Amino acid sequence: MNLTTTEELVKTFNENSKKLSPAQSDVRKDAISAFQKQGFPGRKNEEWKYTNLAPVLGRDYLIEDTTTLNKKDIDGLLLSSLEANHVVFVNGNYNKELSSVNADEPIVISDLSQAGDINEYLTASSITLNDSLTELNTALANGVVITVKKGKVVSKPIIIHFVGDGRKGNIFSNSRNLFILEENAQATFIENYSTIGSNAHFSNNITQIVVKKDAYATYYKIQNDAKSDHVGTTQVYQPEKSNFAATTITLDGGIIRNNLNIRLSSEYSEASLVGLYMVKGNTHIDNHTLVDHAKANCYSNELYKGLLDDKSTGVFNGKIYVRQDAQKTNAFQSNKNILLSKDATMNTKPQLEIFADDVKCSHGATTGMMDEEPLFYLRSRGISEKKAKALLMHAFAADILEYIKLEPLRELLDQTILDRLS
Amino acid sequence: MLKIKDLKASVDGKEILKGINLEVKAGEVHAIMGPNGSGKSTLASVLAGREDYEVTGGSVEFLGKDLLDLAPEERAGEGVFLAFQYPVEIPGVSNTNFLKTAVNEIRQYRKQEPLDSVTFLNIMKEKMKLVEIDQALLKRSLNEGFSGGEKKRNEIFQMAMLEPKLSILDETDSGLDIDALRIVANGVNKLKSKETASIVVTHYQRLLDYIVPDFVHVLYNGRIVKSGTKELALELEEKGYDWIKNEVKAGSAV
Repeated sequence: MNLTTTEELVKTFNENSKKLSPAQSDVRKDAISAFQKQGFPGRKNEEWKYTNLAPVLGRDYLIEDTTTLNKKDIDGLLLSSLEANHVVFVNGNYNKELSSVNADEPIVISDLSQAGDINEYLTASSITLNDSLTELNTALANGVVITVKKGKVVSKPIIIHFVGDGRKGNIFSNSRNLFILEENAQATFIENYSTIGSNAHFSNNITQIVVKKDAYATYYKIQNDAKSDHVGTTQVYQPEKSNFAATTITLDGGIIRNNLNIRLSSEYSEASLVGLYMVKGNTHIDNHTLVDHAKANCYSNELYKGLLDDKSTGVFNGKIYVRQDAQKTNAFQSNKNILLSKDATMNTKPQLEIFADDVKCSHGATTGMMDEEPLFYLRSRGISEKKAKALLMHAFAADILEYIKLEPLRELLDQTILDRLS
Repeated sequence: MLKIKDLKASVDGKEILKGINLEVKAGEVHAIMGPNGSGKSTLASVLAGREDYEVTGGSVEFLGKDLLDLAPEERAGEGVFLAFQYPVEIPGVSNTNFLKTAVNEIRQYRKQEPLDSVTFLNIMKEKMKLVEIDQALLKRSLNEGFSGGEKKRNEIFQMAMLEPKLSILDETDSGLDIDALRIVANGVNKLKSKETASIVVTHYQRLLDYIVPDFVHVLYNGRIVKSGTKELALELEEKGYDWIKNEVKAGSAV
């Protein structure tokens, strides 16, 4: 399939729509016509100014519903060794046989396309920065609803593996998942992207997370796969006082766009957003974040750090809205980048829009080469230039890894980074 | 050990060192004094290999090798150590991990086997006593949040761990109270041997009460304008630097 025209995608939709539950049929039809009208975003679109999808859209893709991947293939993936509930998606589709979820966990996993009462999460307005890719996802994607029961704590993290089976050809996949944490529930979700085989995997995903009253959700997005191209939107709803923490780690990939939108719609909610991107080669990493402070007394803290080598390119776009009702808001944002090569590029754009008058907000962005002073200090102690740089890069990254409370994950990522630097 | 001949160096096109001549032999302690801006710290930095400075002339021979031809880490491997005037804070790099890396990189340069963790920790404990440094500091990030005195003590502690042949102390006394000064000087004195030498760069004489120099040189306007023994330092303390400046002016007027 070719993505440069919308025709084949519309055809795919028409074939799929026969399988849809009648409840979702209308909202999905609206989405495909919205997509058809807009087409894929080009660089004239302000939100896509620095991220060019043309190389990804120019490929030929298979849309494969079936797979011959087996448990062994899955066991070889990054994070498969972690003690966790493993939820496996292949080519965008939930694969129950390859998944392993402990039956004692207080969670219910159901098929999204058959769920009847979730239409509010499929409408265009459910995504804060809706665009044609989210419309396309609404039209085409399937996935799961994971509900964490009221007052319960999920003891092991839930890892969602998005696997592309790229053994026969390039894969284009759409997944959409909804995580609901009921009142006073706690859970940790980890999204992991990978490709098996030598072809590319372009995933267009949406994850929606509803964090209800006094619930606590921890969310990790891990990207360390050279063959993965990705556009993903993580949309978080905090309708009542609750707590959410996101950590986005990008160590490898093709063209990657991570949207993270958080709606703080009730007083005394907290959100933490941290990110680390350590990229080289031709990797393009774009982190678009949006924190919407709609009500008073909320707190958000955001720190994204990047190390860019070779010809890699990075984008950080951090929006914070503080609405008129959101007095006593505390919102902080920081983005720090180090360019390790003359050919690496970083575009960073903090955007604060504040309509309340009694708030504490700050933002800052820095991009530069590695500091000479610490480098000289280490070298003057006999440490080679290469090793000194590695020590400093690791220290820069460790700052973000410290936010990872899940120790086995932190250790695994730390080791991955150390191996890369050695 | 160290032979500096007509060394000239500039930064951003401005000549700072205008022809330095100095010879340091094993077992000697040389003090380099001088007013602010005379080029003392530049000399220390050029010897350690800081890249901001461009060497425009002259030569530096260290144990028979052309020092200026070596990268900073190679100079450290050969046995040059600079105790920084302003040690940089490096968040995220633990003091202990840094030291272990440095020790083993230098051992590798000297074609010695790397130290295993136990041996390293034992040596570390022994050297910690020399500079009365607290173990808690070593667990922290390198120099991060250290007081001025703690940073200077950490410099001398690193010196003890790396066992240099030539140590250059760049204004190690600046910002130290008298107790810290005594501790730092004690550490330096205990590390002194017949095989090692030191260059002590200082503005004031007070450090030299504790680290007694064999020779004192006065650096002024990029040149060593006067050399003598420790009595010269006392004279400078008493009279200040103006008489030296006047002597130089008078000399150049002739």
